[in-house]
Amino acid sequence: MSWVNAVVQGVLLGGLYALVAAGLSLVFGVMRIVNLAHGVLAVVAAYGALVLGRALGLHPFLALLLVVPAMAAIGYLLQRGLLDRALRGGELAPLLVTFGLAIVLQNVLLEAFSADNQRLSVGALGTSGVRIADGLSIGWFPLLAALTGVAVIAGLGRFLARTRTGRAMRAASDDPEAARLMGVDDRRIYAVATALALATVAVAGVFLGARSTFDPAAGATTLIFAFEAVVIGGLGSLWGTLAGGIVLGVAQGLGAAVDPAYGVLAGHLVFLAVLAVKPRGLFPSAVTA
Amino acid sequence: MSAPLLEVDDVEVAYGDAVALPGLSVAVAEGETLALVGANGAGKSTLLRTVCGLLRPRRGAVRLDGDDVTALPAHARVARGIAMSPEGRRLFPSLSVEENLLVGGYARRRGPWDLAAVYELFPLVAERRSRPAANLSGGEQQAVAIGRALMANPRLLLLDEVSLGLAPVVVAQLYAALPRITGQGTTVLVVEQDVHQAMAVADRVQCLLEGRTVLEGPAERIDRTALAAAYFGVAR
Repeated sequence: MSWVNAVVQGVLLGGLYALVAAGLSLVFGVMRIVNLAHGVLAVVAAYGALVLGRALGLHPFLALLLVVPAMAAIGYLLQRGLLDRALRGGELAPLLVTFGLAIVLQNVLLEAFSADNQRLSVGALGTSGVRIADGLSIGWFPLLAALTGVAVIAGLGRFLARTRTGRAMRAASDDPEAARLMGVDDRRIYAVATALALATVAVAGVFLGARSTFDPAAGATTLIFAFEAVVIGGLGSLWGTLAGGIVLGVAQGLGAAVDPAYGVLAGHLVFLAVLAVKPRGLFPSAVTA
Repeated sequence: MSAPLLEVDDVEVAYGDAVALPGLSVAVAEGETLALVGANGAGKSTLLRTVCGLLRPRRGAVRLDGDDVTALPAHARVARGIAMSPEGRRLFPSLSVEENLLVGGYARRRGPWDLAAVYELFPLVAERRSRPAANLSGGEQQAVAIGRALMANPRLLLLDEVSLGLAPVVVAQLYAALPRITGQGTTVLVVEQDVHQAMAVADRVQCLLEGRTVLEGPAERIDRTALAAAYFGVAR
Protein backbone atom coordinates (compact mmCIF):
# COMPACT_ATOMS: atom_id res chain seq x y z
CA MET A 1 0.00 0.00 0.00
CA SER A 2 2.89 2.37 0.59
CA TRP A 3 3.70 2.21 -3.13
CA VAL A 4 0.14 3.03 -4.12
CA ASN A 5 0.26 5.88 -1.63
CA ALA A 6 3.54 7.10 -3.09
CA VAL A 7 2.04 7.14 -6.59
CA VAL A 8 -1.14 8.91 -5.46
CA GLN A 9 0.79 11.58 -3.56
CA GLY A 10 3.12 11.89 -6.56
CA VAL A 11 0.21 12.50 -8.92
CA LEU A 12 -1.16 15.19 -6.62
CA LEU A 13 2.26 16.79 -6.32
CA GLY A 14 2.51 16.61 -10.12
CA GLY A 15 -0.68 18.65 -10.42
CA LEU A 16 0.96 21.35 -8.30
CA TYR A 17 4.11 21.22 -10.46
CA ALA A 18 1.91 21.62 -13.53
CA LEU A 19 0.33 24.66 -11.91
CA VAL A 20 3.79 26.11 -11.32
CA ALA A 21 4.95 25.26 -14.84
CA ALA A 22 1.85 26.39 -16.79
CA GLY A 23 3.03 29.99 -17.08
CA LEU A 24 6.55 28.94 -18.04
CA SER A 25 5.09 26.73 -20.77
CA LEU A 26 2.80 29.49 -22.05
CA VAL A 27 5.56 32.11 -22.24
CA PHE A 28 7.85 29.67 -24.03
CA GLY A 29 5.10 28.49 -26.38
CA VAL A 30 4.03 31.98 -27.44
CA MET A 31 7.28 33.98 -27.39
CA ARG A 32 10.04 31.35 -27.24
CA ILE A 33 11.27 33.01 -24.07
CA VAL A 34 12.68 30.78 -21.34
CA ASN A 35 11.75 32.90 -18.35
CA LEU A 36 14.45 32.19 -15.78
CA ALA A 37 12.71 34.58 -13.35
CA HIS A 38 9.63 32.34 -13.31
CA GLY A 39 10.52 30.65 -10.03
CA VAL A 40 11.40 33.79 -8.11
CA LEU A 41 8.21 35.44 -9.39
CA ALA A 42 6.26 32.63 -7.72
CA VAL A 43 8.15 33.42 -4.51
CA VAL A 44 7.35 37.15 -4.94
CA ALA A 45 3.65 36.21 -5.09
CA ALA A 46 4.01 34.12 -1.92
CA TYR A 47 5.58 37.08 -0.10
CA GLY A 48 2.77 39.25 -1.45
CA ALA A 49 0.21 36.97 0.17
CA LEU A 50 2.32 36.90 3.35
CA VAL A 51 2.35 40.71 3.58
CA LEU A 52 -1.39 40.92 2.94
CA GLY A 53 -1.96 38.28 5.61
CA ARG A 54 0.04 40.23 8.17
CA ALA A 55 -1.33 43.66 7.29
CA LEU A 56 -4.98 42.87 6.65
CA GLY A 57 -5.33 39.43 8.20
CA LEU A 58 -6.33 37.97 4.85
CA HIS A 59 -6.39 34.19 4.33
CA PRO A 60 -3.83 33.32 1.58
CA PHE A 61 -6.62 32.27 -0.79
CA LEU A 62 -8.42 35.57 -0.25
CA ALA A 63 -5.14 37.40 -0.75
CA LEU A 64 -5.07 35.86 -4.24
CA LEU A 65 -7.85 38.26 -5.19
CA LEU A 66 -5.26 41.04 -4.90
CA VAL A 67 -2.05 39.16 -5.67
CA VAL A 68 -3.26 37.69 -8.99
CA PRO A 69 -4.25 41.00 -10.61
CA ALA A 70 -1.11 42.64 -9.25
CA MET A 71 1.13 39.94 -10.73
CA ALA A 72 -0.77 40.10 -14.04
CA ALA A 73 -0.15 43.85 -14.16
CA ILE A 74 3.53 43.30 -13.38
CA GLY A 75 3.64 40.74 -16.19
CA TYR A 76 2.10 43.12 -18.69
CA LEU A 77 4.56 45.90 -17.81
CA LEU A 78 7.50 43.50 -17.65
CA GLN A 79 6.81 42.35 -21.21
CA ARG A 80 6.25 45.84 -22.62
CA GLY A 81 9.06 47.51 -20.74
CA LEU A 82 11.79 44.90 -20.64
CA LEU A 83 11.22 41.64 -22.50
CA ASP A 84 10.06 43.25 -25.78
CA ARG A 85 13.35 45.09 -25.94
CA ALA A 86 15.22 41.92 -25.06
CA LEU A 87 13.41 39.96 -27.82
CA ARG A 88 14.78 42.42 -30.38
CA GLY A 89 18.31 41.64 -29.14
CA GLY A 90 18.34 38.04 -30.38
CA GLU A 91 17.73 34.66 -28.79
CA LEU A 92 20.18 34.95 -25.95
CA ALA A 93 19.09 38.38 -24.70
CA PRO A 94 15.77 37.35 -23.07
CA LEU A 95 17.57 34.51 -21.29
CA LEU A 96 20.16 36.91 -19.84
CA VAL A 97 17.56 39.54 -18.97
CA THR A 98 15.31 37.11 -17.09
CA PHE A 99 18.36 35.60 -15.36
CA GLY A 100 19.38 39.08 -14.21
CA LEU A 101 15.82 39.84 -13.15
CA ALA A 102 15.75 36.67 -11.05
CA ILE A 103 18.91 37.71 -9.21
CA VAL A 104 17.65 41.27 -8.65
CA LEU A 105 14.26 40.11 -7.35
CA GLN A 106 15.82 37.50 -5.06
CA ASN A 107 18.09 40.13 -3.50
CA VAL A 108 15.26 42.63 -3.14
CA LEU A 109 13.30 39.94 -1.26
CA LEU A 110 16.37 39.24 0.88
CA GLU A 111 16.66 42.94 1.79
CA ALA A 112 12.96 43.27 2.53
CA PHE A 113 12.22 40.01 4.35
CA SER A 114 15.63 38.62 5.44
CA ALA A 115 16.58 35.01 4.80
CA ASP A 116 14.18 33.65 7.45
CA ASN A 117 11.90 30.79 6.49
CA GLN A 118 8.28 31.82 6.04
CA ARG A 119 5.10 29.89 5.59
CA LEU A 120 1.56 30.78 4.58
CA SER A 121 -1.05 29.30 6.88
CA VAL A 122 -4.21 27.93 5.33
CA GLY A 123 -5.59 26.75 8.67
CA ALA A 124 -7.08 23.27 9.12
CA LEU A 125 -7.16 22.77 5.35
CA GLY A 126 -3.40 22.32 5.43
CA THR A 127 -3.48 19.23 7.65
CA SER A 128 -6.84 17.53 7.16
CA GLY A 129 -7.77 15.00 4.52
CA VAL A 130 -9.79 11.94 3.75
CA ARG A 131 -8.68 8.38 4.49
CA ILE A 132 -9.26 6.06 1.51
CA ALA A 133 -7.78 2.90 3.00
CA ASP A 134 -5.11 1.81 5.45
CA GLY A 135 -1.97 3.72 4.63
CA LEU A 136 -3.65 5.73 1.89
CA SER A 137 -5.16 9.09 2.56
CA ILE A 138 -5.57 12.17 0.46
CA GLY A 139 -5.01 15.60 1.98
CA TRP A 140 -7.50 18.28 1.03
CA PHE A 141 -4.76 20.78 0.37
CA PRO A 142 -2.69 18.66 -2.06
CA LEU A 143 -5.94 17.66 -3.77
CA LEU A 144 -7.01 21.30 -4.12
CA ALA A 145 -3.55 22.24 -5.44
CA ALA A 146 -3.64 19.46 -8.05
CA LEU A 147 -7.17 20.29 -9.16
CA THR A 148 -6.21 23.94 -9.45
CA GLY A 149 -3.29 22.91 -11.65
CA VAL A 150 -5.58 20.90 -13.93
CA ALA A 151 -8.11 23.74 -14.02
CA VAL A 152 -5.45 26.32 -14.91
CA ILE A 153 -4.05 24.13 -17.71
CA ALA A 154 -7.54 23.40 -19.04
CA GLY A 155 -8.51 27.06 -18.81
CA LEU A 156 -5.39 28.22 -20.66
CA GLY A 157 -5.90 25.52 -23.30
CA ARG A 158 -9.48 26.60 -23.83
CA PHE A 159 -8.47 30.23 -23.98
CA LEU A 160 -5.86 29.49 -26.67
CA ALA A 161 -8.21 27.29 -28.69
CA ARG A 162 -11.48 29.15 -28.51
CA THR A 163 -11.01 32.87 -28.02
CA ARG A 164 -10.12 35.62 -30.47
CA THR A 165 -7.14 36.70 -28.37
CA GLY A 166 -6.04 33.08 -27.91
CA ARG A 167 -6.07 32.44 -31.64
CA ALA A 168 -4.14 35.66 -32.22
CA MET A 169 -1.61 34.46 -29.64
CA ARG A 170 -1.06 31.17 -31.50
CA ALA A 171 -0.90 33.03 -34.81
CA ALA A 172 1.71 35.46 -33.45
CA SER A 173 3.66 32.47 -32.14
CA ASP A 174 3.67 30.89 -35.62
CA ASP A 175 4.54 34.04 -37.58
CA PRO A 176 4.53 37.44 -35.85
CA GLU A 177 4.89 39.41 -39.07
CA ALA A 178 1.99 37.64 -40.78
CA ALA A 179 -0.07 38.19 -37.61
CA ARG A 180 0.62 41.93 -37.87
CA LEU A 181 -0.79 41.80 -41.41
CA MET A 182 -4.02 40.46 -39.88
CA GLY A 183 -4.30 43.45 -37.57
CA VAL A 184 -2.79 41.68 -34.57
CA ASP A 185 -0.58 43.94 -32.44
CA ASP A 186 1.92 41.21 -31.57
CA ARG A 187 3.55 43.19 -28.79
CA ARG A 188 0.25 43.73 -27.01
CA ILE A 189 -0.56 40.04 -27.48
CA TYR A 190 2.82 39.10 -25.96
CA ALA A 191 2.11 41.38 -23.00
CA VAL A 192 -1.26 39.68 -22.47
CA ALA A 193 0.47 36.27 -22.58
CA THR A 194 3.02 37.31 -19.95
CA ALA A 195 0.25 38.83 -17.82
CA LEU A 196 -1.64 35.52 -17.96
CA ALA A 197 1.53 33.58 -17.15
CA LEU A 198 2.23 35.71 -14.08
CA ALA A 199 -1.40 35.45 -12.96
CA THR A 200 -1.01 31.65 -12.93
CA VAL A 201 2.38 31.86 -11.24
CA ALA A 202 0.78 33.99 -8.52
CA VAL A 203 -1.67 31.17 -7.74
CA ALA A 204 1.19 28.67 -7.89
CA GLY A 205 3.33 30.75 -5.54
CA VAL A 206 0.63 30.91 -2.88
CA PHE A 207 0.07 27.14 -3.06
CA LEU A 208 3.83 26.53 -2.84
CA GLY A 209 4.12 28.91 0.10
CA ALA A 210 1.32 27.16 1.95
CA ARG A 211 2.64 23.67 1.20
CA SER A 212 6.08 24.18 2.69
CA THR A 213 8.36 26.87 3.98
CA PHE A 214 9.97 29.33 1.61
CA ASP A 215 12.69 31.95 1.66
CA PRO A 216 14.00 34.43 -0.93
CA ALA A 217 16.18 31.73 -2.53
CA ALA A 218 13.30 29.27 -3.02
CA GLY A 219 12.81 30.43 -6.60
CA ALA A 220 15.70 28.34 -7.90
CA THR A 221 14.19 24.97 -6.92
CA THR A 222 10.77 26.12 -8.08
CA LEU A 223 12.19 27.05 -11.48
CA ILE A 224 13.99 23.73 -11.85
CA PHE A 225 10.88 21.64 -11.09
CA ALA A 226 8.76 23.78 -13.43
CA PHE A 227 11.39 23.58 -16.13
CA GLU A 228 11.64 19.81 -15.78
CA ALA A 229 7.85 19.46 -16.01
CA VAL A 230 7.80 21.55 -19.21
CA VAL A 231 10.69 19.66 -20.83
CA ILE A 232 9.43 16.19 -19.86
CA GLY A 233 6.00 17.03 -21.25
CA GLY A 234 7.28 18.58 -24.47
CA LEU A 235 8.10 22.22 -25.12
CA GLY A 236 5.17 24.43 -25.97
CA SER A 237 2.44 21.90 -25.14
CA LEU A 238 0.20 22.78 -22.17
CA TRP A 239 -1.30 19.32 -21.67
CA GLY A 240 2.20 17.92 -22.08
CA THR A 241 3.22 20.16 -19.18
CA LEU A 242 0.50 18.61 -17.01
CA ALA A 243 1.72 15.13 -17.96
CA GLY A 244 5.30 16.22 -17.34
CA GLY A 245 4.40 17.55 -13.91
CA ILE A 246 2.73 14.28 -13.00
CA VAL A 247 5.66 12.19 -14.28
CA LEU A 248 8.00 14.33 -12.19
CA GLY A 249 5.74 14.18 -9.13
CA VAL A 250 5.35 10.39 -9.30
CA ALA A 251 9.10 9.92 -9.80
CA GLN A 252 9.77 12.04 -6.74
CA GLY A 253 7.07 10.20 -4.75
CA LEU A 254 8.44 6.77 -5.62
CA GLY A 255 12.02 7.88 -4.98
CA ALA A 256 11.02 9.20 -1.58
CA ALA A 257 9.24 5.93 -0.80
CA VAL A 258 12.56 4.11 -1.23
CA ASP A 259 14.39 6.62 0.90
CA PRO A 260 13.19 10.15 1.76
CA ALA A 261 16.55 11.52 0.58
CA TYR A 262 16.06 10.08 -2.94
CA GLY A 263 12.85 11.91 -3.87
CA VAL A 264 14.29 14.94 -5.63
CA LEU A 265 17.13 12.89 -7.12
CA ALA A 266 14.67 10.40 -8.66
CA GLY A 267 12.86 13.32 -10.31
CA HIS A 268 16.09 14.64 -11.82
CA LEU A 269 17.04 11.15 -13.07
CA VAL A 270 13.70 10.71 -14.84
CA PHE A 271 14.15 14.16 -16.37
CA LEU A 272 17.60 13.17 -17.67
CA ALA A 273 16.25 9.86 -18.96
CA VAL A 274 13.51 11.63 -20.92
CA LEU A 275 16.04 14.08 -22.33
CA ALA A 276 18.25 11.19 -23.44
CA VAL A 277 15.50 9.03 -24.95
CA LYS A 278 12.92 11.58 -26.16
CA PRO A 279 14.66 14.96 -26.24
CA ARG A 280 11.55 16.70 -27.57
CA GLY A 281 9.54 15.51 -24.58
CA LEU A 282 6.77 12.96 -24.19
CA PHE A 283 4.10 15.02 -25.97
CA PRO A 284 5.81 17.42 -28.38
CA SER A 285 3.44 19.82 -30.13
CA ALA A 286 2.65 18.66 -33.66
CA VAL A 287 3.97 21.78 -35.35
CA THR A 288 7.09 23.60 -34.29
CA ALA A 289 8.04 26.95 -35.69
CA MET B 1 -11.56 64.33 -59.60
CA SER B 2 -11.55 62.82 -56.12
CA ALA B 3 -8.33 61.68 -54.47
CA PRO B 4 -7.25 58.11 -55.28
CA LEU B 5 -7.97 55.49 -52.60
CA LEU B 6 -4.28 54.65 -52.38
CA GLU B 7 -1.64 57.24 -53.08
CA VAL B 8 2.00 56.30 -52.74
CA ASP B 9 3.82 59.58 -53.10
CA ASP B 10 7.50 59.54 -54.08
CA VAL B 11 8.58 56.93 -51.50
CA GLU B 12 12.20 56.05 -51.01
CA VAL B 13 12.70 52.67 -49.34
CA ALA B 14 16.03 51.08 -48.52
CA TYR B 15 17.27 47.92 -46.84
CA GLY B 16 20.27 49.31 -45.01
CA ASP B 17 22.40 50.93 -47.68
CA ALA B 18 20.68 49.17 -50.57
CA VAL B 19 18.00 51.44 -52.03
CA ALA B 20 15.13 49.32 -53.37
CA LEU B 21 12.79 52.15 -54.31
CA PRO B 22 14.55 55.42 -55.18
CA GLY B 23 11.35 57.47 -55.25
CA LEU B 24 8.31 55.67 -56.58
CA SER B 25 4.76 56.97 -56.94
CA VAL B 26 1.73 54.73 -57.40
CA ALA B 27 -1.94 55.70 -57.30
CA VAL B 28 -4.95 53.39 -57.31
CA ALA B 29 -8.46 54.78 -57.73
CA GLU B 30 -11.36 53.45 -55.67
CA GLY B 31 -12.72 50.29 -57.27
CA GLU B 32 -9.79 49.95 -59.65
CA THR B 33 -7.54 46.92 -60.06
CA LEU B 34 -3.92 47.85 -60.66
CA ALA B 35 -1.30 45.27 -61.56
CA LEU B 36 2.33 45.99 -60.79
CA VAL B 37 4.55 43.89 -63.01
CA GLY B 38 8.28 43.64 -63.36
CA ALA B 39 11.19 41.27 -63.12
CA ASN B 40 12.62 39.92 -59.89
CA GLY B 41 14.09 42.73 -57.83
CA ALA B 42 12.08 45.46 -59.58
CA GLY B 43 10.74 46.60 -56.20
CA LYS B 44 7.18 45.28 -56.48
CA SER B 45 7.12 43.39 -53.20
CA THR B 46 9.01 46.21 -51.48
CA LEU B 47 6.25 48.58 -52.54
CA LEU B 48 3.53 46.26 -51.18
CA ARG B 49 5.38 45.87 -47.89
CA THR B 50 5.58 49.67 -47.67
CA VAL B 51 1.86 50.05 -48.37
CA CYS B 52 0.87 47.51 -45.72
CA GLY B 53 3.24 49.01 -43.15
CA LEU B 54 5.89 46.32 -42.76
CA LEU B 55 8.48 48.72 -44.18
CA ARG B 56 8.85 52.43 -43.41
CA PRO B 57 9.93 54.71 -46.25
CA ARG B 58 12.89 57.02 -45.67
CA ARG B 59 11.08 59.70 -47.65
CA GLY B 60 7.64 60.18 -49.16
CA ALA B 61 4.16 59.33 -47.95
CA VAL B 62 1.52 56.61 -48.16
CA ARG B 63 -2.03 57.98 -48.13
CA LEU B 64 -5.28 56.03 -47.89
CA ASP B 65 -8.33 57.97 -49.00
CA GLY B 66 -6.39 61.19 -48.44
CA ASP B 67 -5.25 60.28 -44.89
CA ASP B 68 -1.53 60.01 -44.31
CA VAL B 69 -0.89 56.49 -42.92
CA THR B 70 2.90 56.55 -43.34
CA ALA B 71 3.50 56.47 -39.58
CA LEU B 72 0.89 53.80 -38.81
CA PRO B 73 2.20 50.31 -37.96
CA ALA B 74 0.96 47.39 -40.06
CA HIS B 75 -1.58 46.13 -37.53
CA ALA B 76 -3.24 49.55 -37.35
CA ARG B 77 -3.48 49.80 -41.12
CA VAL B 78 -5.66 46.67 -41.20
CA ALA B 79 -8.25 48.52 -39.14
CA ARG B 80 -8.15 51.31 -41.76
CA GLY B 81 -8.91 48.77 -44.48
CA ILE B 82 -5.59 47.60 -45.95
CA ALA B 83 -5.23 43.81 -46.04
CA MET B 84 -2.58 41.72 -47.73
CA SER B 85 -2.14 38.20 -48.96
CA PRO B 86 1.63 38.05 -48.54
CA GLU B 87 4.22 36.50 -50.81
CA GLY B 88 4.68 32.82 -49.97
CA ARG B 89 1.18 32.66 -48.41
CA ARG B 90 2.48 32.75 -44.81
CA LEU B 91 -0.43 30.78 -43.35
CA PHE B 92 -0.26 29.98 -39.64
CA PRO B 93 0.82 26.32 -39.81
CA SER B 94 -0.36 25.26 -36.35
CA LEU B 95 -3.83 26.71 -36.88
CA SER B 96 -6.62 25.05 -38.83
CA VAL B 97 -7.85 26.53 -42.09
CA GLU B 98 -10.88 27.99 -40.36
CA GLU B 99 -8.77 29.42 -37.55
CA ASN B 100 -6.52 31.07 -40.14
CA LEU B 101 -9.58 32.72 -41.63
CA LEU B 102 -10.80 33.81 -38.20
CA VAL B 103 -7.46 35.43 -37.42
CA GLY B 104 -7.86 37.25 -40.75
CA GLY B 105 -11.02 38.80 -39.31
CA TYR B 106 -9.22 39.81 -36.11
CA ALA B 107 -9.70 43.55 -36.75
CA ARG B 108 -13.52 43.05 -36.83
CA ARG B 109 -14.17 45.42 -39.71
CA ARG B 110 -17.71 45.25 -41.00
CA GLY B 111 -18.36 44.31 -44.60
CA PRO B 112 -19.52 41.61 -46.99
CA TRP B 113 -16.86 39.04 -46.12
CA ASP B 114 -17.27 36.44 -43.39
CA LEU B 115 -16.59 32.70 -43.14
CA ALA B 116 -19.69 31.81 -45.16
CA ALA B 117 -18.85 34.26 -47.95
CA VAL B 118 -15.24 33.04 -48.20
CA TYR B 119 -16.38 29.41 -48.26
CA GLU B 120 -18.81 30.27 -51.03
CA LEU B 121 -16.03 31.95 -53.01
CA PHE B 122 -13.63 29.03 -52.50
CA PRO B 123 -15.68 25.81 -52.01
CA LEU B 124 -12.46 23.78 -51.79
CA VAL B 125 -11.40 25.80 -48.74
CA ALA B 126 -14.74 24.99 -47.09
CA GLU B 127 -14.02 21.27 -47.51
CA ARG B 128 -10.62 21.69 -45.87
CA ARG B 129 -11.80 23.95 -43.04
CA SER B 130 -10.79 21.75 -40.12
CA ARG B 131 -7.43 20.65 -41.55
CA PRO B 132 -4.19 22.15 -40.28
CA ALA B 133 -3.17 24.85 -42.75
CA ALA B 134 0.23 23.18 -43.09
CA ASN B 135 -1.36 20.13 -44.78
CA LEU B 136 -2.74 21.88 -47.86
CA SER B 137 -1.51 21.99 -51.44
CA GLY B 138 0.04 25.23 -52.68
CA GLY B 139 -3.10 26.29 -54.53
CA GLU B 140 -5.31 25.57 -51.54
CA GLN B 141 -2.94 27.52 -49.30
CA GLN B 142 -3.09 30.48 -51.67
CA ALA B 143 -6.89 30.38 -51.66
CA VAL B 144 -6.84 30.40 -47.85
CA ALA B 145 -4.37 33.29 -47.85
CA ILE B 146 -6.65 35.34 -50.13
CA GLY B 147 -9.70 34.38 -48.07
CA ARG B 148 -7.86 35.31 -44.87
CA ALA B 149 -7.12 38.78 -46.27
CA LEU B 150 -10.76 39.15 -47.35
CA MET B 151 -11.91 38.35 -43.81
CA ALA B 152 -10.52 41.79 -42.85
CA ASN B 153 -13.11 43.32 -45.21
CA PRO B 154 -10.47 45.53 -46.80
CA ARG B 155 -11.08 48.61 -48.89
CA LEU B 156 -7.71 47.90 -50.47
CA LEU B 157 -6.64 44.30 -51.06
CA LEU B 158 -2.95 43.67 -51.73
CA LEU B 159 -2.13 40.42 -53.53
CA ASP B 160 1.56 39.55 -53.61
CA GLU B 161 2.71 36.96 -56.15
CA VAL B 162 -0.42 34.82 -56.18
CA SER B 163 1.01 32.64 -58.98
CA LEU B 164 4.32 31.87 -57.24
CA GLY B 165 5.09 28.16 -57.47
CA LEU B 166 1.64 27.20 -58.72
CA ALA B 167 0.55 25.38 -61.88
CA PRO B 168 -0.98 27.71 -64.51
CA VAL B 169 -4.37 25.99 -64.27
CA VAL B 170 -4.44 26.60 -60.50
CA VAL B 171 -3.41 30.24 -60.99
CA ALA B 172 -6.25 30.71 -63.48
CA GLN B 173 -8.74 29.23 -60.99
CA LEU B 174 -7.58 31.62 -58.28
CA TYR B 175 -7.76 34.69 -60.52
CA ALA B 176 -11.21 33.59 -61.68
CA ALA B 177 -12.40 34.56 -58.18
CA LEU B 178 -11.13 38.14 -58.54
CA PRO B 179 -14.17 39.62 -60.33
CA ARG B 180 -16.36 38.51 -57.43
CA ILE B 181 -14.01 40.32 -55.04
CA THR B 182 -13.84 43.54 -57.05
CA GLY B 183 -17.59 43.24 -57.57
CA GLN B 184 -17.94 44.13 -53.87
CA GLY B 185 -16.25 47.45 -54.61
CA THR B 186 -12.89 46.32 -53.27
CA THR B 187 -9.86 48.07 -54.72
CA VAL B 188 -7.08 45.63 -55.62
CA LEU B 189 -3.36 46.07 -56.04
CA VAL B 190 -1.81 42.96 -57.60
CA VAL B 191 1.88 42.23 -57.78
CA GLU B 192 2.56 39.53 -60.32
CA GLN B 193 5.44 38.06 -62.29
CA ASP B 194 2.98 36.32 -64.60
CA VAL B 195 2.39 39.26 -66.94
CA HIS B 196 -0.36 37.61 -69.00
CA GLN B 197 -2.36 36.80 -65.92
CA ALA B 198 -1.86 40.33 -64.60
CA MET B 199 -2.97 41.93 -67.88
CA ALA B 200 -6.05 39.72 -67.94
CA VAL B 201 -7.37 40.76 -64.51
CA ALA B 202 -6.20 44.37 -64.18
CA ASP B 203 -7.78 47.63 -65.29
CA ARG B 204 -4.38 49.27 -65.41
CA VAL B 205 -0.83 47.95 -65.55
CA GLN B 206 2.29 49.62 -64.19
CA CYS B 207 5.66 48.11 -65.05
CA LEU B 208 8.61 48.60 -62.69
CA LEU B 209 12.29 48.26 -63.39
CA GLU B 210 14.83 48.76 -60.62
CA GLY B 211 12.34 50.66 -58.48
CA ARG B 212 11.17 53.04 -61.22
CA THR B 213 8.05 53.12 -63.35
CA VAL B 214 9.03 52.40 -66.96
CA LEU B 215 5.60 51.90 -68.49
CA GLU B 216 2.02 52.33 -67.42
CA GLY B 217 -1.38 52.41 -69.00
CA PRO B 218 -4.81 50.77 -69.26
CA ALA B 219 -4.43 46.99 -69.53
CA GLU B 220 -6.27 46.68 -72.84
CA ARG B 221 -4.18 49.36 -74.55
CA ILE B 222 -0.71 48.30 -73.50
CA ASP B 223 1.42 47.09 -76.35
CA ARG B 224 2.87 43.67 -75.55
CA THR B 225 6.15 44.34 -77.30
CA ALA B 226 6.62 47.62 -75.46
CA LEU B 227 5.76 45.88 -72.17
CA ALA B 228 8.26 43.10 -72.85
CA ALA B 229 10.91 45.69 -73.57
CA ALA B 230 10.05 47.64 -70.42
CA TYR B 231 9.97 44.43 -68.34
CA PHE B 232 13.50 43.48 -69.28
CA GLY B 233 14.74 47.06 -69.68
CA VAL B 234 16.06 46.55 -73.22
CA ALA B 235 14.45 49.65 -74.72
CA ARG B 236 16.09 52.12 -72.38
